[in-house]
Amino acid sequence: MSAGVELDHVTVRFGDFTAVDNATLDIRGGEFFSFLGPSGCGKTTILRTVSGFLEPSEGCVRIGGQDMVGIGPNKRPTALIFQNLALFPLMTVAENISYGLRVRGADRSARRKRADELLDLIALPGQGDKLVSELSGGQKQRVAIARALAVEPKVLLLDEPLSALDLKLRQHMRAELRSIQQKVGITFIYITHDQGEALTMSDRIAVMSDGVIQQVGDGKAVYDNPETAFVASFVGENNPFPGTVTRADQTYAVIETAFGPLRGRNPRGLRAGDQGILFVRPESARLGAGSADTTLTSTVTNVAFEGYMTHVYLKGAGKKEIIVTVGRQAAIDIPAPHSAAPINYDADLGLVLPEGMLARE
Amino acid sequence: MSSRALVFIIPIIVIAIFWMMARREARRKPDPTRKGFFERNGVVLGTVFVLLVGFWTLFLVALPYLYMVVESFHPALPPMKRGGPDDVLTTAQYASFLVNPINDSINWLHMGALLFSIIASIAVTALNFAICYPLAYYMAQAGTAQKVRLLMLGLIVPYWVNEILRAFSLRLLLASKGLINQALMGLGITDAPIDFLGNNTGLYVGLSYAYLLVMMFPLYNAIESLDKNQVEAARDLGAPWWRIHWDVVIPYAKPGIASGCTMVFMLSVGSLAAPQFLGGPRTLWFTAVIYDFFFQSFNWPRGAAYAFIMLVVCIALVLGMLRLFKVSLGEAIR
Ligand SMILES: Nc1ncnc2c1ncn2[C@@H]1O[C@H](COP(=O)(O)OP(=O)(O)OP(=O)(O)O)[C@@H](O)[C@H]1O
Ligand SMILES: [Mg+2]
Repeated sequence: MSAGVELDHVTVRFGDFTAVDNATLDIRGGEFFSFLGPSGCGKTTILRTVSGFLEPSEGCVRIGGQDMVGIGPNKRPTALIFQNLALFPLMTVAENISYGLRVRGADRSARRKRADELLDLIALPGQGDKLVSELSGGQKQRVAIARALAVEPKVLLLDEPLSALDLKLRQHMRAELRSIQQKVGITFIYITHDQGEALTMSDRIAVMSDGVIQQVGDGKAVYDNPETAFVASFVGENNPFPGTVTRADQTYAVIETAFGPLRGRNPRGLRAGDQGILFVRPESARLGAGSADTTLTSTVTNVAFEGYMTHVYLKGAGKKEIIVTVGRQAAIDIPAPHSAAPINYDADLGLVLPEGMLARE
Repeated sequence: MSSRALVFIIPIIVIAIFWMMARREARRKPDPTRKGFFERNGVVLGTVFVLLVGFWTLFLVALPYLYMVVESFHPALPPMKRGGPDDVLTTAQYASFLVNPINDSINWLHMGALLFSIIASIAVTALNFAICYPLAYYMAQAGTAQKVRLLMLGLIVPYWVNEILRAFSLRLLLASKGLINQALMGLGITDAPIDFLGNNTGLYVGLSYAYLLVMMFPLYNAIESLDKNQVEAARDLGAPWWRIHWDVVIPYAKPGIASGCTMVFMLSVGSLAAPQFLGGPRTLWFTAVIYDFFFQSFNWPRGAAYAFIMLVVCIALVLGMLRLFKVSLGEAIR
């Protein structure tokens, strides 16, 4: 059974500090939903509010339509997977997995049976009698998932569960998590600062910064149609060109930047005179000259060959660094470092957004 | 040769045995990179080390106890007869704990005193654990740094006060005309004063208070290193608070608990001042019996024998308990 989670104008404060600011969200039952944001933006705080370890200072959390105010973490239909897993070191794998059932008074044979089922689900059959310390990192990870699933939660909350694993294992576990979610069919709320994780696994993503939810949408929407400067600069690579909007209509805006006037889409309806930032993704830019209002003059500083693609680093007006990523085909005639190379892009792939905070690198 | 010479011979034999064992080890597994002790430190410094350490272990650690052990196997004799024909090895002092030599009856008085001291000390240990566990848990897991510092200070400062002063001020509080009785009577809760000292309340309070910190620190240390997330994980999985302690915190802190309990128990059984000042008139603590043999009847052999009986019984009890709770001795004395 899965349940949706609603955040209704949730604000969480620690003293004077606002860790989560007026978050309103509707997470659907059975959805794989991710919170994506840099370290310290309030992701864990949101998760702890949903699981009941924190009460919102304002607003309310509803799970399956039911208001959760005053309901402790041990009474909520959620299960939390901790950033450091927090497995019980003095218990065996099976005891860890069935702990939630033991607390609920299930008898020994029922616990054993459920533990065996879950060990099969996480592909560790017959390993129930091992000690947790005898498992590898990836195995511990899976045991933590099984322990949380054992209590049949309606919502599973995962706090950067893969961050302790090495790259290969992390990629493997992504697929595994996704398939476990599809098998058990419950709502997963997943927290990460790794956009690759968020984009590959999630049905929808909420991008956060400084306690504020910036945008909610599926991976494609967040990547192709960012609504704020922060989202544009945090999700994927992006080249920002700040300036003042000089002309604008419903579709396009022209912005006066250090490179002269440049054109891009205008989804937020900026008007002439507004401060804005033009974003051009490295893979949307091309080497070579195009029409006047989509061409920048620059000089190559460095070329980084990465196999299936090549990153070209350029320097333009005001010593501004620009990255252009070219694929295998176009990589044949990249100008040598220090030679002049104009760049152009399709106006439909340039995006003019209101001025705002950018993500720190 | 007097049997007391054993005192000096035993350590020498022990040292010789250890030395031979070390030689044998060195010969069996030669390690060419390892330099000898004198090679490493030089002859002068090496000799000084050996003499100092030897003096320390021999005169300050081994000899006094050994002397007492040997003494306990001798009859109590006036000084002139020591070393004479009557000065033979005997187990009479140990037997006198079981059967009173004066009238050949079972020595209930002394056995009872030992039993009472042990049971009362177990009670004190349990009481201390009951007080310290919640406090230690609060300080280690829940409290803010500021509050924890304040609590720590509040716990430590009273220990700057001398033990006898502490015992007497407790006596003043608990006496029949003391503050507490006056308050109770003033409030009309009782008509007659409660005999806190006679019913041993004072004894338990005094002993618990004296060894509170001894329980506190090992518990605090053990609980402090517990990952908070473990507690939260158990809660998230649906455990009520008491199950969290039973399943997660206590098993984790078991070595610390064992360490604290062992120390409080041992110190409490062996304490002298608190039982004397705070115990009831008919309360006989076993250390008081030992004290009397040494200083009242000048029967050192019997006093020594009693002290060793107490030591052995307590150690056996502690080891049995550790066994029961599956804690290794190494963990408990860490
Ligand atoms: N108990 C607390 N008391 C005071 N401030 C807190 C507390 N918990 C979190 N904060 C603050 O709230 C902010 C958000 O913290 P949170 O743990 O939610 O970040 P996060 O997004 O999970 O970061 P990370 O990716 O590093 O885990 C941080 O600035 C943190 O300092
Ligand atoms: Mg976090």
